[in-house]
Amino acid sequence: MGDLLGEGSYGKSFFGFGQSAEIDIILDGAATRRTAEVKTEDGKKERLFLFFDGESLSGKVNITLKRPGYKLEHQGIKIEFLGQIELYYDRGNQHEFTSLVKELARPGELHHNTSYDFDFNQVEKPYEVYTGTNVKLRYFLRVTVVRRLTDIVKEVDLAVHTLSSYPEMNSSIKMEVGIEDSLHIEFEYNKSKYHLKDVIVGKIYFLLVRIKIRHMEIAIIRRETTGSGPNVFNENETIAKYEIMDGSPVRGESIPIRVFLAGYDLTPTMRDINKKFSVRYYLNLVLVDEEERRYFKQQEITLWRKGDRIRKSLQMAPVPVTTPTNGESDQVQAFEKIPTPVSEEASLEDSPTEEPAPNPTPSEDIPRVESYAEGVPTEDA
Amino acid sequence: MDNTEATRRLHTKKQTLDDAYAAPANFLEIDVINPITHGVAKKRYTDYEVRMRTNLPVFKIKESSVRRRYSDFEWLRSELERDSKIVVPALPGKAIKRQLPFRNDDGIYDEDFIEDRRKSLEGFVNKIAGHPLAQNERCLHMFLQEPVIDKNYVPGKIRPN
Repeated sequence: MGDLLGEGSYGKSFFGFGQSAEIDIILDGAATRRTAEVKTEDGKKERLFLFFDGESLSGKVNITLKRPGYKLEHQGIKIEFLGQIELYYDRGNQHEFTSLVKELARPGELHHNTSYDFDFNQVEKPYEVYTGTNVKLRYFLRVTVVRRLTDIVKEVDLAVHTLSSYPEMNSSIKMEVGIEDSLHIEFEYNKSKYHLKDVIVGKIYFLLVRIKIRHMEIAIIRRETTGSGPNVFNENETIAKYEIMDGSPVRGESIPIRVFLAGYDLTPTMRDINKKFSVRYYLNLVLVDEEERRYFKQQEITLWRKGDRIRKSLQMAPVPVTTPTNGESDQVQAFEKIPTPVSEEASLEDSPTEEPAPNPTPSEDIPRVESYAEGVPTEDA
Repeated sequence: MDNTEATRRLHTKKQTLDDAYAAPANFLEIDVINPITHGVAKKRYTDYEVRMRTNLPVFKIKESSVRRRYSDFEWLRSELERDSKIVVPALPGKAIKRQLPFRNDDGIYDEDFIEDRRKSLEGFVNKIAGHPLAQNERCLHMFLQEPVIDKNYVPGKIRPN
């Protein structure tokens, strides 16, 4: 009992003080449960207890009366487990994708401090928590002491990660691109699906260089898509930028690429979560010439979260691949043009073209790890 | 478990010595030099030598030298604005003020002014000539390599072969 990790470990609280009673939610196994850092809306990070899909949620709710001898009248006490998607531009409509409730007490009176047990058995937690630019997905427990005028409410946020296992198919990405008669390159990345602590190993091979290149860099871009139909918002954020070549290459040169993902703030790829939002990742290869013109090629990669040592009591059934791949193979694809070069300098720019829509990678699912029976699968540190 | 295989460098083709030590395929040098003011009094004008050396196959002539004046640069800029997909860089100013009478200096024939303009024109033409989408414009080739600009030319693109 008690506050193990210091202030904030139990998340937000509404009306839990200054009122006649204080609510505390204490989870079973809190001493041994792992925690995860989750971003808050204002950019800070908080540590929350980490749960996985299928795990049960049990514990105690302690109600402490502030004034001894005082009696607390209420219209019922309940605890809810909620999974919620909140779009920042539409705060009024929070979408609950999962909702469980347990009644702790019928309407009545509390004369002294009381403790209630709760147990949500094998709770489905289909998505991973996410705090983004325009959208937030969270899971939390909420205890409500219903009263005539104002309820007493306490919320405790939880972290949830979705784990996957090594995908059966993980072909490399290899393509020849360029601008006719000016620049031809062949780029290759060793995989199309990377886990969050993986290494991107690749190479750029120069087939034709008739422009004066000054340097080349690679960037990881997160694209968060919210909304649907005419109101689609795309938020691009450059997570990492990494110079891989300085100087002017000639024909026949190969430049190696090695990017360690563990150092960056990445989440797994999330596709159409509850039809509300997506989070996708792209590698952006950029060549810059002497006149600051930028030539770029964007390529989507799939990121997934690896679970590690699983206790033997667990069952792990990778979800079979749902969508067949199409065309994602080792063969070099048909010649594809880099879109018209766009310069950063105002003085020499092409007719403005937005960064092109990224290659739609076939949405083959990473096999998801699901249905945990008992015990807690541990994750890579 | 041996993890080196997973992060080993990808197999690369070895570069031939020929490719490594041959002249780079992107050699393009354009200089705007030797400003000369022709004529006397009211009928004066200044022109510049535009000298080009290149090994890019898109340019038929590998070395050329022509004389161009400011209005020729203006012509090139407007042709490119109309025909090519690039956003054409700006030219140095027209210096109208300098053409008004009662100045202390030589107006548009002032040495410092000509030097500034020369530098600016050199930057302008280099930016364009190196742009993959402007390199194949016929107007640019005519500007760089024809002794006289034929304003009645047929605009279009040049295909290297």
